[in-house]
Amino acid sequence: MPEQLIQGRQLADNRWTTLTIADDAGDTNLAHVAVPAGAVIIPAPLWLAQRAALIAREGEIGVSLASTFEVETLAADIAHFSLIAVEFPKFVDGRGYSTARLLRERYGYTGELRAVGDIGRDQLFYLSRVGFTSFLIPDGRDAAAALQSFNDFPEVYQSGVDQALPLFRRRAA
Amino acid sequence: MYRYDEYDHAIVQARVAQFRDQTRRHLEGSLSDDEFRPLRLQNGLYIQRHAPMLRIAVPYGLLASRQLRKLADITRRFDRGVGHFSTRQNLQLNWIKLEEAPDVLAELASVEMHAIQTSGNCIRNITTDQFAGVAPDEIADPRPWAEVLRQWSTFHPEFAWLPRKFKIGISGTTEDRAAIRMHDIGLQIVKNDAGEIGFTVYVGGGLGRTPLIARKVRAFLPWQHVLSYCEAILRVYNRYGRRDNPYKARIKILVKTLGTEEFTRQVDAEWAHLKEGTSTLTEAEVQRIACQFAPHPYETLPADDAGYQTQLRDEKAFSRWVERNVHPHRVSGYAAVTLSLKKPGVAPGDASDAQLDAAADLADRYSFGEARVTHQQNLVLADVRQRDLHALWLEARTLGFATPNIGLLTDMICCPGGDFCSLANAKSIPIAAAINERFADLDYLHDIGELELNISGCMNSCGHHHLAAIGILGVDKSGQEWYQITLGGQQGNNARIGEVIGRSFAAKDVPDVIERLIDTYIANRYDEERFLDTYARIGLQPFRDAAYPATTTGNAAKERTYA
Ligand code: SF4
Repeated sequence: MPEQLIQGRQLADNRWTTLTIADDAGDTNLAHVAVPAGAVIIPAPLWLAQRAALIAREGEIGVSLASTFEVETLAADIAHFSLIAVEFPKFVDGRGYSTARLLRERYGYTGELRAVGDIGRDQLFYLSRVGFTSFLIPDGRDAAAALQSFNDFPEVYQSGVDQALPLFRRRAA
Repeated sequence: MYRYDEYDHAIVQARVAQFRDQTRRHLEGSLSDDEFRPLRLQNGLYIQRHAPMLRIAVPYGLLASRQLRKLADITRRFDRGVGHFSTRQNLQLNWIKLEEAPDVLAELASVEMHAIQTSGNCIRNITTDQFAGVAPDEIADPRPWAEVLRQWSTFHPEFAWLPRKFKIGISGTTEDRAAIRMHDIGLQIVKNDAGEIGFTVYVGGGLGRTPLIARKVRAFLPWQHVLSYCEAILRVYNRYGRRDNPYKARIKILVKTLGTEEFTRQVDAEWAHLKEGTSTLTEAEVQRIACQFAPHPYETLPADDAGYQTQLRDEKAFSRWVERNVHPHRVSGYAAVTLSLKKPGVAPGDASDAQLDAAADLADRYSFGEARVTHQQNLVLADVRQRDLHALWLEARTLGFATPNIGLLTDMICCPGGDFCSLANAKSIPIAAAINERFADLDYLHDIGELELNISGCMNSCGHHHLAAIGILGVDKSGQEWYQITLGGQQGNNARIGEVIGRSFAAKDVPDVIERLIDTYIANRYDEERFLDTYARIGLQPFRDAAYPATTTGNAAKERTYA
């Protein structure tokens, strides 16, 4: 099973290309990396290094956030992104869940929020609750079967990005 | 007690179906061991020495008789007829088959129970005082708050994959009996000058390799904000807790590294955004839950029942049991009773299926159909009429529940250790058994008086050895099982971590060493001094001298490297 995108709770084509940069590239290098045309996802540090030029660039831009990346850094730039990808190096690394809520609930991000990395069927329910809208299911995992997991639970106790009111406020009504 | 409504039922049943599917995929081979492990852990399923161990949640330790009967039934049909109550007020079954685990969860769901988040790096079962709702020194009943927190923490989407496990304890009494300062978050119910309920919040307690007492981060948190404030704490932890080293991943390490002040500042900064959000609790919700913990329909009874007074005077064995196992109740003519799960020949905290059934019957006949699990691994019937105590005692005796040892040396806390647990350095149950045998004489035991002795099979400290007057820890010394002893630990408002006495001991020497420590206490105590009081007064040295008689002077013992 090749890598497969899920969007809008169905299988979808991935119209974005992703520019990856080796981890050890320093700031100076970043300033000289060429960003290709078209809808491209670039690492957040590259955005910060070429911010002015990239704001002036034609075409859609997305950023990818490492799990350690502090989303506060991008607070003023949110409006420039058509896509934000949050990386999950391992599915048990839950930092990205807080990042997603901050983007949605604090910084008002409304564009595509994509979960990438070590994710699969058993993470989709929670990921969608904290505001992710697309999911890049890695090679080897069954994305079609994963679609069922959006309906794993018929009700939830807490508020989330998907549900503004906690159950206790709806129960009482 | 809290009863599920249609929402609670639907959520728990959905979990059973989800886990059934995950188990099926794992057994079919499409979900690898590594992918399945964290999922099964969040359903309380460990792979242990013999078979998967299933840890069943007993929310804040409260059980209805029909739940006890279901546990007995499960223990009989799916296990080998023995359940183990843990220090987290949960029940562990050691012989569950993986294929049958989903069926067990379905059985549990039928009586409003589950194994959700009893393990894994998520928010665990909320624990509290076993005398909640009946304790005379109670400020407010902690159970409604524990239930509010249970619902909030169940499948919390943001906090399912934390750096490490996360435990919340809550106390509603002035004297903390829930060891809240040993929790990741400890909540102490308080009232402000206006009589409003709130919480003093402690963060960053925990045992394990680096035992730490939680720090106070907020003196008075109004009840409306308890969820948003916990959310702020959890978010700071989820983002900044260490994930590179499991031994440094608990929130206590983050609090220690940042310092209480900086940690509190970060939490408050986060909370400022969350504070007035939809998680703010409403009076209506708190009422909805609180009314399900309303006091039972108690009879109006005199404070002293005449028949009971006679029985106390005439029967030494009965009065001895009352002295240790019966506790005050806020309602006149009632008492709370501890059914001891500690007796010679049985691992501390173990209960057979027949005992679970019997406890259910006792609960029905004597205590409004409810029982509680204590973190000292006993059961409690919280609402017994004073005039029924003697009859209950007679029954408890035949059922093996009446060892009059609550709070005494043989009321040990003991983890499953090397007999069951795959993480163990050493066995703990045989050590408990050997000590039990040594101190079987009741007169001797009562003369020694209040003394907590806890045993853990490894540094994970499930047996809370750090918090005992005498703590025993299994250590591995070049492949052999040895035991390190700590002295002077205690729980409660003056919680303290015990001090290591010196180099560790071989299993066969442990009972002798304990006896020498006890002798030292008896030789030095004044009047009514408890072991801990004497220890506080005379210090470690006399005990150390007694523990290593051949090699002492103490300094020689002290300078050896501890195992
Ligand atoms: S303390 Fe260690 S040996 Fe005992 S139950 Fe916990 S992990 Fe297992």
